[in-house]
Amino acid sequence: MELHTLTIHQLHQQLKARKVSSLEATKTLLTRIEATDRRINAFITVAADHALAAAEAADQRIANGDCQPLTGIPLALKDIFLTEGLRTTCASRMLENFIAPYDATVWARLKRQDAVLLGKLNQDEFAMGSSNENSAFGPTRNPWDTERIPGGSSGGSAAAVAAQQAIATLGTDTGGSIRQPASHCGCVGLKPTYGRVSRYGVIAYASSLDQVGPVTRDVTDAALLLQAIAGHDPKDSTSVDQPVPDYCASLKNDVKGLRIGLPKEYFIDGLDPDVQASMDNAIAHLKSQGAEFVEVTLPHTSYAVACYYLIATAEASSNLARYEGVRFGHRAKDRQGLIEMMMQSRAEGFGAEVKRRIMLGTYALSSGYYDAYYLKAQKVRTLIQHDFSEAFKKVDLLLTPVAPTPAFRIGEKTADPMQMYLSDIFTIPVNLAGICGISLPARPSSNGLPIGLQLIGRAFGEETILRAAYSFEQTTDWHRQKAAL
Amino acid sequence: MGQNKAPEEDYQTIMSITRTEIEHVARLARLTLSDDEQELFAAQMSAILNYAESLNELDTDDILPTAHAVPVENAFRPDAAHASIGIDKALHNAPDRVETFFRVPPVIE
Repeated sequence: MELHTLTIHQLHQQLKARKVSSLEATKTLLTRIEATDRRINAFITVAADHALAAAEAADQRIANGDCQPLTGIPLALKDIFLTEGLRTTCASRMLENFIAPYDATVWARLKRQDAVLLGKLNQDEFAMGSSNENSAFGPTRNPWDTERIPGGSSGGSAAAVAAQQAIATLGTDTGGSIRQPASHCGCVGLKPTYGRVSRYGVIAYASSLDQVGPVTRDVTDAALLLQAIAGHDPKDSTSVDQPVPDYCASLKNDVKGLRIGLPKEYFIDGLDPDVQASMDNAIAHLKSQGAEFVEVTLPHTSYAVACYYLIATAEASSNLARYEGVRFGHRAKDRQGLIEMMMQSRAEGFGAEVKRRIMLGTYALSSGYYDAYYLKAQKVRTLIQHDFSEAFKKVDLLLTPVAPTPAFRIGEKTADPMQMYLSDIFTIPVNLAGICGISLPARPSSNGLPIGLQLIGRAFGEETILRAAYSFEQTTDWHRQKAAL
Repeated sequence: MGQNKAPEEDYQTIMSITRTEIEHVARLARLTLSDDEQELFAAQMSAILNYAESLNELDTDDILPTAHAVPVENAFRPDAAHASIGIDKALHNAPDRVETFFRVPPVIE
């Protein structure tokens, strides 16, 4: 089998047995990036020299008899993660020349195992978007159909895995930004529970919602990567100090007795017929394996998008205040006075969607509107969270679609922000509730586009959704299908 | 989806944000906006806020707000000195610097 098509666990076996070297694998992937990325645009920065040096170090470590699960595995990171000495742009002109002064904790943890970093991946600017069309470095294209979007905001993370440019990647998920692109690109994408993974060194968008997670070729890889990055970090005061379970031990092909809830608000008339058929097929698979299905209700689902866009933009307007043209980032030239310099630097450095969200968030927090918008949204957030805790009294996990449709066409929704925002309707509630969710390939659409299935677990319930996802994967081969490039 | 209003309804602008409000908010956000951007954002923000009006269908008088999905308490650490990243690294990305300082345009004329 060709090296660039392998999973983490497959490549690990070969590295450990010394059948291939990390250098060979890394070179294969760099060649693959070179050959395909003009069409896909998944990478903002390819760090070839850096990667080759890291691969040699990994091979040395393996030669010394120490091969950790990620040693020598060529990975890539969304360009939202700080990587010391390497350019980190967050897909913004604002940070076009920003060299990260330190490593994000998640990357420091992967580095400790001598994982190899191939480069930094395209995304929506500051993680604001659902299609990767908001990048200052041009849109990323879906490897299954290059006229279509890969999803967003971690679109580069999913496209790189689907285009076999990296063995696996990391993304971030604030309202669906891992799960939705994973779904559109036929990958597995896991959003862990809020607080499970450190955000230190991850450029902040909406801090009460942001979480880091893996995008991979199969569920086993998602468990392996989560294992490597999960756990308390004294540098992130919101990371939770709870023991990290052995996620690989939860990968059992057994759903007997599992109670899976189907939230009726997610299965409505008007759901894309291909998505509906794909969900029906998945339910039938899991039923035949012994899972029990129960209808549940999440009555406040229809308020989630409004709630999210008030909370996320308010937090973003505060987080993005740091870009003022003084300490780092773009500075406008020839400006008289400090305030004018700041206002012009931000005008030149930010793209339209970022400006729109800063404006909306500033408005929602401004004097006279705070109670009506921001506080109101925080109260509705309580109701949405309560919906899930009630549902989890009856069931172990929930099954839903990831997105209402397969990947849409580039340009289809750019003129209408509200339509774009509604494409995250099934993923946003999970972030508001702070719980975990995984997207995995289900039956594709009639015209061959990937469709993702979402399994939602309670807070710190990653083991349960991983077990169900793993079991589902054993009965299907959709995760093995490859985009023809 | 679900109980959401049809998109068409959302565009019946019940309330609209004025250009004056946009200018005020842009000033608060420290953003210079072009005339075109002001016009576009006024229309788009009005549409989004009208959509958000749906939240007022819910009675939340007795509901506590959620600022954080997972309960968190203050995270204390020992009050001990640690090495920092150092002046050179801290200033490395500065658009303009002099000696060990960030340089900015005149604040007071």
